[in-house]
Amino acid sequence: MQATHTSRRILLPVRQWFILFSLAFALLLNMIPLGRFPGMPDWVALVLTFWCIHQPLKVGMGSAFVLGILMDVADGSVMGQHAFAYVLLAFAAAGLSRRILWFPLTYQAIHVVPMLLGVQVLMTVVRMMAGGAFPGILWFVSSFTSGLIWYPLTFLLLLPQYRPVERDENRPI
Amino acid sequence: MNVVGHSPPPFFKRGPAPLAQLAFFSTLSVLCLVADLRFHTLEWLRLGVATAALPLQKLAYLPVETGDDFSKYLTRLSVLQEENDELHRRQLSTAAQILRQQHLEDENKRLRALLDMKERQPVSGQVAEILYAARDPFARRVIIDRGMQSNIEPGQVVIDDIGVIGQVTRAFPLTAEVTLLTDKNQAIPVQVQRNGLRAVLAGAGAGTLELRFLASNAEVQQGDILVTSGLDGVYLPGLPVAKVAKVDRNNDFAFARIICEPIAGIEKHGDVLVLAPRTGLPPQPEDPEQVSDKPGKGRRVKKMSR
Repeated sequence: MQATHTSRRILLPVRQWFILFSLAFALLLNMIPLGRFPGMPDWVALVLTFWCIHQPLKVGMGSAFVLGILMDVADGSVMGQHAFAYVLLAFAAAGLSRRILWFPLTYQAIHVVPMLLGVQVLMTVVRMMAGGAFPGILWFVSSFTSGLIWYPLTFLLLLPQYRPVERDENRPI
Repeated sequence: MNVVGHSPPPFFKRGPAPLAQLAFFSTLSVLCLVADLRFHTLEWLRLGVATAALPLQKLAYLPVETGDDFSKYLTRLSVLQEENDELHRRQLSTAAQILRQQHLEDENKRLRALLDMKERQPVSGQVAEILYAARDPFARRVIIDRGMQSNIEPGQVVIDDIGVIGQVTRAFPLTAEVTLLTDKNQAIPVQVQRNGLRAVLAGAGAGTLELRFLASNAEVQQGDILVTSGLDGVYLPGLPVAKVAKVDRNNDFAFARIICEPIAGIEKHGDVLVLAPRTGLPPQPEDPEQVSDKPGKGRRVKKMSR
């Protein structure tokens, strides 16, 4: 497995606990009550998209559903609102994974932004049908900030899988 | 294809087809949506998950709490002195009223006893602090730091020092969720203080409220104070709620468009009082059809507020 299909570096296999830890940490980041600060990315959706693209065999719609229910409780929103959106997100990300991984990171981000925007639009439609208020156009900015941090996020989440360029038996890392 | 001693490596083990998975999980989510929105049957699941996620929630609140404490620590001495002076002044100015209040309440009780009327319920409640606004951008809700452990129940009224701010809609073990009056799904029965006209006030989003279903010639003026009417059996009567900001009488529509502003500091954070639930109410009438057959605005309002 490489970082992208065009890259020459072979990655170490992913560790299950690291996937779990990153998703739990994203959930924690989402739970921090920062008020209605516009442009705060939906960390859970972002990390979920990342793993669905990079490890479609390990993270899929089942994990998306569970995370969605957790987010619904954390947010105090309608049960199933996040779950529905995340399941569709996981389906799209896993389906596009083989295509997206051929692109460099900037183009990957351009693929990811519409998916995250789709999640927000879907949740808005569901809630407006249930009689909620329109959250304002600024709320949708968060998808674009998510796109901006796709590059550092990929680096961070793949960090445990990198192996040294020059192998040295006497060096531990 | 199992050759003896060799099983194929799990390269192609992908579980059920993606479309089948999608159909299964999206159906499950839509079922959840319907169950929660239409039948409100998933509160047990929410309570369970919220209780299990309590440590995570505490951990997530830690940075915000630390930031608050730090900014409090940095508050300048002069600011605190000013605030202290202001509070002293306010206490003195209200002292006369408070001193007479006891006397008036006694007198009121005696008079009510003389007139053989039911005693009014004394106001009691618990002080709570607003922790943060809930993350859900589609509703106006805040989280307070009292929950089931302090006997908070859904339906209790939350006020601040000036007026009503909302109603408890969900109680968790250590916290509770308060839906603010400005939420689109929140309605409160009110009456105009000046002339006693009853109506229903509903949230209109963007920090405003709307007085609904009043005829375009209804007697409401800009600047009128709206107080709770107490007809619903939830809110105590006489609590200040909102002030009429704009009255738009357009004869093309049957109802006037009346925009109000909340009196209490609804979008601010601070200490609030959670009032105890009302008790000793008269029983509800049995059949709503028998009450009155007259079509009119009074009946419509009553129906809405029940």
